[in-house]
This record gives sequence, C-alpha cells and structure tokens, in this order.
Amino acid sequence: MTYILIFISAVFVNNIVLSQFLGICPFLGVSKKIETALGMSGAVAFVMTIATLITYIIQKTVLEPFGIGFLQTITFILIIAALVQMVEIILKKVSPALYQALGVFLPLITTNCAILGVAIMVIQKDLSMLESVVFAISTAIGFGLALILFAGIREQLSMVKLPKAMEGTPTALLTAGLLAMAFMGFAGIV
Amino acid sequence: MSKVSNVKVLFNGIIKENPVFVLLLGMCPTLGTTSSAINGLSMGLATTFVLVASNVVIALIKNIIPDKVRIPAFIVVIATFVTMVEMAMQAYLPALYESLGLFIPLIVVNCIVLGRAEAYAAKNTVFSSMFDGLGMGLGFSMALTLLGATRELLGTGKVFSLSVFPENYGMLLFVLAPGAFIALGYLIAVFNKLRKA
Repeated sequence: MTYILIFISAVFVNNIVLSQFLGICPFLGVSKKIETALGMSGAVAFVMTIATLITYIIQKTVLEPFGIGFLQTITFILIIAALVQMVEIILKKVSPALYQALGVFLPLITTNCAILGVAIMVIQKDLSMLESVVFAISTAIGFGLALILFAGIREQLSMVKLPKAMEGTPTALLTAGLLAMAFMGFAGIV
Repeated sequence: MSKVSNVKVLFNGIIKENPVFVLLLGMCPTLGTTSSAINGLSMGLATTFVLVASNVVIALIKNIIPDKVRIPAFIVVIATFVTMVEMAMQAYLPALYESLGLFIPLIVVNCIVLGRAEAYAAKNTVFSSMFDGLGMGLGFSMALTLLGATRELLGTGKVFSLSVFPENYGMLLFVLAPGAFIALGYLIAVFNKLRKA
C-alpha cells in the first residue's frame, strides 16, 4: 500500500516538474517533439533509478557511519557525473540500439537537477532502500508524463501565430503554467 | 585588462546576457524559490557568491587542470563553495535555509555556474572572471528578485512583506506553482519586447 501511495504522490500530486520545479531545463529544452521527449524521459528514468540506489547505498554505508554527512553534495554530484559516463560507455557496448535512442540525452543529464534532487530528497524523507527505488521510478514516470504531455501541446502550438515577443519560451512557460494548474487538481487525493 | 572593459563585462551579465531572461539558464531555482521577493533575493545572492568564488578559483587553476578532467574538476570546485554556503546558511540563517530547502545544494547543478566556468573563467584572467561572475550573479539576483516581487505582489498584495494592496487582497495562484510559470512567461515577454525596442 505504501508503495502505491508513493507512486501516486510522486507521479500526480507532487509532480517533479510541475509542482517541485526540478528538471525544468530539459522540460523546456527537449519538449518540441514527442519523439525526443520520449527519449529524454527514458534516459532520465534509467539514470535516476540507478543514481538514487547508488547514492543511497553510499550515504548509508560511507557518509553516515563515518560522520561526514557534510560531504553529501560533493559526493552525490560526483557519483552522478561518473555514473552518467559509465552508463554511456556500457550502453554503447551492450545495446547500441538503446544507445542510439538515448545517447544524445545522456550528457545533458549530469546537470539535470531532478537527478540530484531526488537523490537528496530520499535521504531527507528518510525512506527505506526499496521505497527510495520506488520513489525514483515514480518520479521519473511523473517527469516523463509531464514532458510528453507538454511536448504534445507544443507540437500543436507551433502552428499558431503568436505576437513576436511571446514566441518561444514565454508561450511555453504559459502552457506549463496551465498544465501545472491542471495537475493542482490532483492535490489532496493522497 | 582596462577598467572600462571590466565594467562592460559586469553589465554584460546584468542586462545584455541576463542569465534568466535572455540565456534562459538556471530555470529551476528561478521558479522554485521565488514565492516571495526576499526568498528570490537570498537565492540570487547565494548563487552570486558561488559564481564569483568558483570563477576566481577556476581562473586561477585553469592551467594546471588537464583538459580531459576539467569538467569534474570544475564540479568539485563549485560543490565545495556550495557546501560552504549551505553550512554557513544553516548556522546563521536557519529560517531562510528552511524555506529555500533543497535548492541550496542544487546550486551545484545550476547551469549558469558551470556554464560560466566553462565559457568564461577557463579562458580569461582571474580579475575579469571575477567581474563576469559578479555581473552574471547580479543579473540572476535581479531577475529572481523581480520575479519574486511580482509573484508576492500579485499573490498576497505585499512586496518584501510590506503591504501595497488593501488587506483583504489575495490571489493565491501566483504564490503556488502555476503562478511561477505564468509570471515568468510574461516577464520574459516584456523583456523581449523592451530589448527589441
């Protein structure tokens, strides 16, 4: 039951992009086409799950026992940066097809604050290891959902004629605002 | 490096290449911490400190870092300063630390900081890197304060907690998530319009 609650809360109620404001850069950057949005979502889901698991293990086995919790930020970001590189190398060797689909998005992920954000959040919320993994996967699904919905709207929107100053980002942000408003409707179901 | 060009570098970050309104970098803290003007300003200043300090250190050590590991090296420098800000804030400004929350450690992944390190500090002198960091930081702070003030004014009728509108005014939407997107969207549109004119 807890896992279902974590899932619903992370995907709908506390959507990472639309209510926590994490991962806005890829949300605005790669949301012009549904295809690229799908690729980015896949890459984020992949890295987020592994990164959360590994940072969780490091936190519990190294940082906490040795009392060096203040090194959390440095450690986590280095782990994530190294992990992204590793995933890229392994994927290239093991599954070229998957690498083709996700390859271009992988380097962008290091500076995606959603990854580091989730890694820190599970520590702050004091979740267990399994809960953390469920939380990471759900958050990634929430990210994907928001990104793909947004890309769908933007594809339609690109055919509309807009005032010069409103073209591009301003309109994208307004659309995101409306989408966030829609997601506010989920508040209170968990 | 003459004085005039340093001033130019400084203003470049504030207006011509404003990180938020023009370069569209660092969107997460921009949207996430601007529920009030004071939160926006503090986040801006914290980021400015990290920007200036990391730009100076990176400009100092740029010649001894091998090219291949420069990005991880930059990240370590940046993360060090972020940890310093985080600990100082936790000790001296606990209330502010609570309200900014997760976004303090996340300065590490703010694209502006790494972006300036890579694009400017790695190629220029220590002194002009400092000005670049300061300009970018002030531009970022200005944008965040402006957005924070707009949201606070529209949402609660106050600016920096001083009442502007009548007491019973309130439009909660602008303090909540959707308001952040909408307010920033219109601010960028206004900035676009002013820049072209």
